[in-house]
Amino acid sequence: MDTQIPKGASARPEFKETVAKTTWQRWAQSDIWHSYKSSPVIIVSSLTFAVLVLGAIFSPLLSPYTPFDPSSLNLMNGFTKPMTANEFTGDYFLLGTDDQGRDVLSTILFGLRISLFVGVVAVLFAMTLGVVLGLLSGYVGGWIDGVIMRIADIQMTFPSIMVAMLLYGIGKGLIPPDLRDEMAIWVLIISIGLSEWVQFARTVRGATLVERQKEYVQAGHLIGLTRWSIMLRHILPNVTGPILVIATISLALAIIAEATLSFLGVGAPKTQPSLGTLINVGRQYILSGEWWILLFPSLTLLALALSVNLFGDWLRDVLNPKLR
Amino acid sequence: MLAFIIRRLAQALLVLMAVGFVSFAMFKFMGDPVENMLGQEATVADRAALEERLGLNDPIIVQYVRFFGRALSGDFGVSYRVGLPVGEVIMERLPATLELAFLSGVIAISLGFTLGVYTAIKRDGYIANFIMTTSLIGVSLPTFLIGVFLIWLFAVNLGWLPSFGRGDTRSFFGVDLAILTVDGLKSMILPAITLGLYQMTLIMRLVRSEMLEVLRTDYIRFARARGLSQKTINFGHAMKNTLVPVITVTGLQFGSIVAFAIITESVFQWPGVGLLFINAVNFVDIPVMSAYLLLVAVIFVTINLIVDLLYFTIDPRLSVSNN
Amino acid sequence: MSNSPLLQVSDLIVEFPTRSGVLRPVDRVGFDVRAGEIVGLVGESGAGKSMCGSAIIGLIDRPGRISGGEIRLNGERIDNLPEERLRHIRGKRIAMVFQDPLTSLNPLMTVGQQLIQTIRTHLPLSANDARARAIGLLEEVGIPAAAARIDAYPHQFSGGMRQRVVIALALAAEPELIIADEPTTALDVSVQAQIMALLKRLCRERGTAVILITHDMGVIAETTDRVAVLYAGRIAEIGPTRNVLSTPSHPYTVGLMASTPSTTGSLHTLSQIPGSMPNLRAIPKGCAFNARCGKAFSPCFQDIPVLEPVEGSEVACWLYDPAYQNTKETSGASE
Repeated sequence: MDTQIPKGASARPEFKETVAKTTWQRWAQSDIWHSYKSSPVIIVSSLTFAVLVLGAIFSPLLSPYTPFDPSSLNLMNGFTKPMTANEFTGDYFLLGTDDQGRDVLSTILFGLRISLFVGVVAVLFAMTLGVVLGLLSGYVGGWIDGVIMRIADIQMTFPSIMVAMLLYGIGKGLIPPDLRDEMAIWVLIISIGLSEWVQFARTVRGATLVERQKEYVQAGHLIGLTRWSIMLRHILPNVTGPILVIATISLALAIIAEATLSFLGVGAPKTQPSLGTLINVGRQYILSGEWWILLFPSLTLLALALSVNLFGDWLRDVLNPKLR
Repeated sequence: MLAFIIRRLAQALLVLMAVGFVSFAMFKFMGDPVENMLGQEATVADRAALEERLGLNDPIIVQYVRFFGRALSGDFGVSYRVGLPVGEVIMERLPATLELAFLSGVIAISLGFTLGVYTAIKRDGYIANFIMTTSLIGVSLPTFLIGVFLIWLFAVNLGWLPSFGRGDTRSFFGVDLAILTVDGLKSMILPAITLGLYQMTLIMRLVRSEMLEVLRTDYIRFARARGLSQKTINFGHAMKNTLVPVITVTGLQFGSIVAFAIITESVFQWPGVGLLFINAVNFVDIPVMSAYLLLVAVIFVTINLIVDLLYFTIDPRLSVSNN
Repeated sequence: MSNSPLLQVSDLIVEFPTRSGVLRPVDRVGFDVRAGEIVGLVGESGAGKSMCGSAIIGLIDRPGRISGGEIRLNGERIDNLPEERLRHIRGKRIAMVFQDPLTSLNPLMTVGQQLIQTIRTHLPLSANDARARAIGLLEEVGIPAAAARIDAYPHQFSGGMRQRVVIALALAAEPELIIADEPTTALDVSVQAQIMALLKRLCRERGTAVILITHDMGVIAETTDRVAVLYAGRIAEIGPTRNVLSTPSHPYTVGLMASTPSTTGSLHTLSQIPGSMPNLRAIPKGCAFNARCGKAFSPCFQDIPVLEPVEGSEVACWLYDPAYQNTKETSGASE
C-alpha cells in the first residue's frame, strides 16, 4: 500500500501474524479436525490415551503407596480384596493387593510408566534408525541401498516379535550376568527398536526416491547445499505424515511386544515390572480366585493398546487414505 | 515359468544363507564352546587340542561352510541347558508345534475367509458392522491376553477344557500326535483358538477389503449388467478374484503362526519348539536359539515358495506366457 | 400399445446425496427409443450421459438413486422394479457395453466360461448347446478361429478383439436394446471404426435398438438415427441426427459443431466454447449454459428453458421462445 516503507523490516511481523492466524484457522477448518470432532470413538480413545499417559508420568505423585520400596511393604497386606480394608492391618486398597501386599493400583501406575517408556523410546529409536537408513538408502543408492534393503527384506520375513525375542536373547548373552537385571530395560528397548525400523526405512526410502528427482532438489545441488542438509531440510519434511502414522502404529506394536516379552519373562525384570510382568504375576493366581491381580493390569494394557491402535488407524485414514 | 521358479529358489537360498550366517555368528561369537565342553578347569593344552579338533582355528569361511554342512545333517551341537543334542530336542518337539499350527491355521483360514466374504457382501448390515468392530478389538489384543482370558473362562470358570499341557498322544508313523486322541484334541482347542484368532482377524479384514475392491471393478459391473445372479457374481466371480492377493498374505500369516506359537505355547505350557525357544532365550542357550532361527527360516522360505507356486494355479495370466 | 416406443424415458432425475448437499447428475431428461433405432447421447464428460445409461439398466451405485421420472420398456415401468426382476431384464432385454474392454472381462475366467454363463442365465440351453451358441456368437463378432479361441483368457486377446468379445457377451441373449457407453474410446483409432461398424451391422441385422453414449460428434454423425445433446445433466437439443448436425439450434450445439472437424470436406476454422461445463455443485440459476453462451439474455438467468420444437428438432433455449423472438434476431445477427 505505502511504497515509502521498505519491504524488509516492518512488513515481516505483519506477515508472520497473518500466517499464524491462517494456520490456526486452517486447522479449525481442516478435514482432520472435522473428522476428529465427528468420531466419538476417536475422541474417547485419544482421551483414554491422554489419561493413561498422565497417569504414567505422574505415577510417583498419584500412587497411594510406594510398591517397590521393601520397607513400606507389609506381607500381612497380601491378597487384600479390592475396595475393602485388610482384615489384619485395616489398610484400604482401591484395587486390592498382590501376593506380597503391594497395592495393585500403584503397581499398575508404575508398570504403565515402564510400558510406555519402553514403547516410546523403542519407537523413537526405530524411527531415528529407520529414517536415517531410509534417507541413505534412497538418496545415496548404490551398494548402500542394496545392503540396507536386503537386510530389511530378510528381517521382514520374520515377525517382529520373534526378532525382538531373538535380539533380546543375544543382548542378554552379551551382557555380563551380574548386570543383566539392571540393563534389561535397555536391552528390551533396543531389541524392540531394532525389530521395528524396517517400515520407517522403506517409507522414507520410497519418498526420497520420488523427491530426489524433483527440481528443487536438483536446484539445491546447484546452489551448493550439502547432501545432508538437502535430505534433512528438504526431503524429510515431505514424509512427516507417513512417518507419524507408522510411528503411532509402531507404538501400539511396541507396547504389545514389550508386554508380551515381559509376560514371557524375557523382558522387564521383576524389580521393574511393566504391565506384562504384572499380568504374568496375576496369571499365577487365576486358579486360586484372586482375580483382581490379573484383571486390572490386563484392562489397563487393553485400554492402552486399543486406544493407540484406534488412534493410529484413524490417523492413517485421515492423513493418507491411500496407505491401507 | 521355469526361470521364475529358479529365480525364487535362488532368492530362497540367499535368505537361508544370510540367516544361516546370523545363526552361525551367534554360535561362534557368543558363549565359548570350548569352555562349555571342558569346564573352567581345563588346561591350556586341553583347550588348544579341542580347538584344533573342533576346527576353531580354521578361517571363518571354512567354519561357516562346515556349520552349514552340519546344520544340513541336523547337527546343531549340544544344548547348554539340557545337555542333549539340539537337533534331537527340536525334532522331538516339532510335531507338537506343527500340529498346533496346523489346527489354528485351519481355523484362521476357514473362519477368516468366510467372515471376510460375509462382511464384504453385507457391507452395511448390522451383523457385519458388529463383526468388523469386534475384529478391531481382536487385532489390538495381545495374544497372551486372549490365552489367559480363554483359560479363565473355559478352564477355570466353566471347567470344560484343560488349562495347560498337551493331553494324551498317539503314535502315528513313529510321531506322537495329540490331534489323534480326544483328550489331546480337547487340550488343543484353547491354544489353537488363541494362536489362530489374530491371524483370523487379519485374514478376515484382508478378504473383506480385497472383495470390496473387486466388487467395484468394471468386470463385476459388466457381469451385473448381463443379469448374472448376485450369487454367481459374489461366489463365481468376486471370490475367485479375491483369492490371488489373499493367498500371499495368508501364506505369510501361516509362517507367523509358527512364530507366534512361542507365546501361545508359553501360556498353555504346550511342549513345542516355541516353549523350547523361550526357555533358551531365558537361559541364553545359544545352540538352541541359533538352531531355532534356522528352523523358522526354513519354514518361512518353504511357505513363500509354495505361495509363489500357488499363484500359477490360480492366475492364468502368469502360467500362460503372454503373446 | 404396439405403436409405443421400445423405451420411454420421461423426466428422469438422478440424485446423489453428499456431505455438501444433493447433486443432480441427471435432471429431467426425457427421450424415446424406437425398436431397431440407434439413438446417440452426446455431451462433455460429466454431462450425465453415462449416468442416464446406468439409470436405464438399473445400475446406479449407492448412494445415488433415481428420484424422479419414469423409465418404460415396451410400456412397462422398469425404474421401480425389485432387484430380482430387474436382473431378468438386464442382459436379456437390455444389455450394456462398457468403455474399457481391458477391464470389462473377468481376467480369471475364459471368454467361453463368461459367455456360457451369461447365455445359460437367460436361455434354457444345455451346456453343450450354450457352448455352440457361444462359438457362433464369437464367429459373428469376427473372432477368427472362434472354436479354438473360446477357451482362451481375456489377456490373450488384443484390445479390439476383447471389445468384440464384450459385444458378443452383450448380444448373448438377443436383447432388444443395447446401451453402448463410449464403446470405442479406449481403443486404438485404427480399430475404432471397425468396432462401430460391427456394432451397427449386428444391431441392424437383429433389429436391436442402441443407445450410443459418446462425446465424439464424428461417431454420432456416422452411426446414429437420432441424437440428444446433454449439458450439465439436461437435454439441450434432441432430434434427427442429420437435422441436429446440419442445422444446430441450441447455442451449445452450435459451439459443439464449430469445435468438431468436419468430415464432409468443407473447411472451417475450429473454434472452442469459452469456459468449461459447471461443476455439479455450482450449476447456475436458469439455463445451465448461460455463463458460456454468447447469446444469453435476461430470461436465461432466471428460468430453466424447456424443450420446444424448432426446425424438426426440439431445443431447450429461450432464444426460440415466441415471447422473445425479437431479441433473438438482434443478437443472432451479431454472430
